Amino acid sequence: MSIDTETARRVAKLARIAVAEDALPALAAEFNAILGFIEQLNEVDVDGVEPMTSVTPQRLKRRADVVTDGNQQAAVLKNAPDAREGFFAVPKVVE
Amino acid sequence: MSDLTKLTIAAARDALRKGDVTSTEITQACLTAIDSADALGAFVHKTPEIALAQARAADARIKAGDAPAMCGIPLGIKDLFCTKGVPSQAASGILQGFKPEYESTVTGKLFDAGAVMLGKLNMDEFAMGSSNETSTYGPAINPWKVDNRNLTPGGSSGGSASAVAADLCLAATGTDTGGSIRQPAAFTGITGLKPTYGRVSRWGIVAFASSLDQAGPMTKDVRDCAIMLQAMCGHDPKDSTSADLPVPDFEAALTGDIKGKTIGIPREYRMDGMPGEIEKLWEDGTAMLRDAGAKIVDISLPHTKYALPAYYVIAPAEASSNLARYDGVRFGHRAKLAAGDGITQMYEKTRAEGFGPEVQRRVMVGTYVLSAGFYDAYYNRARKVRTLIKRDFDDAFAAGVDAILTPATPSAAFGIGEMADADPIKMYLNDVFTVTVNLAGLPGIAVPTGRDAQGLPLGLQLIGKPWEEAELLNIAYRLETAAGFVAKPVKWW
Repeated sequence: MSIDTETARRVAKLARIAVAEDALPALAAEFNAILGFIEQLNEVDVDGVEPMTSVTPQRLKRRADVVTDGNQQAAVLKNAPDAREGFFAVPKVVE
Repeated sequence: MSDLTKLTIAAARDALRKGDVTSTEITQACLTAIDSADALGAFVHKTPEIALAQARAADARIKAGDAPAMCGIPLGIKDLFCTKGVPSQAASGILQGFKPEYESTVTGKLFDAGAVMLGKLNMDEFAMGSSNETSTYGPAINPWKVDNRNLTPGGSSGGSASAVAADLCLAATGTDTGGSIRQPAAFTGITGLKPTYGRVSRWGIVAFASSLDQAGPMTKDVRDCAIMLQAMCGHDPKDSTSADLPVPDFEAALTGDIKGKTIGIPREYRMDGMPGEIEKLWEDGTAMLRDAGAKIVDISLPHTKYALPAYYVIAPAEASSNLARYDGVRFGHRAKLAAGDGITQMYEKTRAEGFGPEVQRRVMVGTYVLSAGFYDAYYNRARKVRTLIKRDFDDAFAAGVDAILTPATPSAAFGIGEMADADPIKMYLNDVFTVTVNLAGLPGIAVPTGRDAQGLPLGLQLIGKPWEEAELLNIAYRLETAAGFVAKPVKWW
């Protein structure tokens, strides 16, 4: 599997990271080096092996479906780069 | 008392209880040491006011006879832990200015036990790195030096390792996703423990790869690891993977008696091109445990070779998902936008400006291996290989092995900037002996046992059975006693 500039552009877009056009070929080369390393996994016979979901077999604890926290609007907004009238503010989302 | 900053937790605890010294005195001595150690780049946010207030409160508690072991002990806290009202940036530009409105479970437990926070410690950005060079603050420096070259303290918990080795604090918190406690501990001649996955709550610790991350103590010796781990662990309803198991008395387990214990030596860890010094260190450590009455057996962990490639699928995949939250909306950095920029440009510019190159690389690799068409080929295959890696350990333990001895790192500390032009994979190889332990969720500890020809510290790693930190610490304690490593870096900072 080899990654070209077009794939690098698509991955950057999916990851929502702006990458300058002239930086894409170097990025593609780095991906190829890392993926080349990962390709070793193809040597392993994984037939019939379950993918790991948890290192410790455990059933997640349940709790009553009730509100345990809340009423902290000021604390929640405290670190926002732009908060107005009790909301997070962002650039216009809909036309 | 002189040299208060050189005290172990155990020695400080005993002196505090006897009234020979106050926490305020030890804390003040650490703050003075920190202020003269800016050249190490270890402390990146100093909190002297908090420290002195906590020390005074600890002194009052000690006087009243209500003093848990960690009461009055000054610590450094890795920047990955959210600490209320104090910058908690994960060494990333994207969390510039972030001051959490809450306290991580681990720091909360430590403070409830009376521990003192001296400040926040340097690290690799989002804990992604093995040399502390990906930090937005600039690198932390190893107090050990050769030929006047600046060496790395390792990573990602590089600031923690540097601060403990240089006696700026009595101990520090670290976190370990692929070796980030054990490799820096080995590079700086200190002791570092990664607990069993689930032993310590991850709540309030900035997430890197949630199925691998664990916090642990970085200390001056094994006893201190036992004492500090005790205060850090326990069930937390706020972390669904936190284990609801009783916490044993780890310090009480340190008898030094390991007669009849079976120690496995995995043949796959004898890598091609392993430096002779590392091989000798390993053989010497094996002999020490044998002399202490342990039974030494050769074991096989056949999938070891595939641990790093599996890790470099699973960890970036989880990181790409975890780091999606850094969007410039709720906290941290937001890029300045041009006229007409919409929400997508805001995300893309914010993340391009806020994340450093290594974090960007891993987020994008993770995005790729999870993307439609590649999920099975990469991500699911890696998770299957992870099952096989864990099975290797399960088989060894089922055959009667109590703990496994390996080198902690493939070399001693290297120079700052030395790997700058290397392929990223070369840096990843630092974790070749430690990463298997995270994939299998096991406890592992790095103990300093020797020095290389240049005088730099080298460490061995012991790997234990799940939830058997007490037994693991006892074997490590015996190894530490036999190795008698007491060397300290010569002060140059």
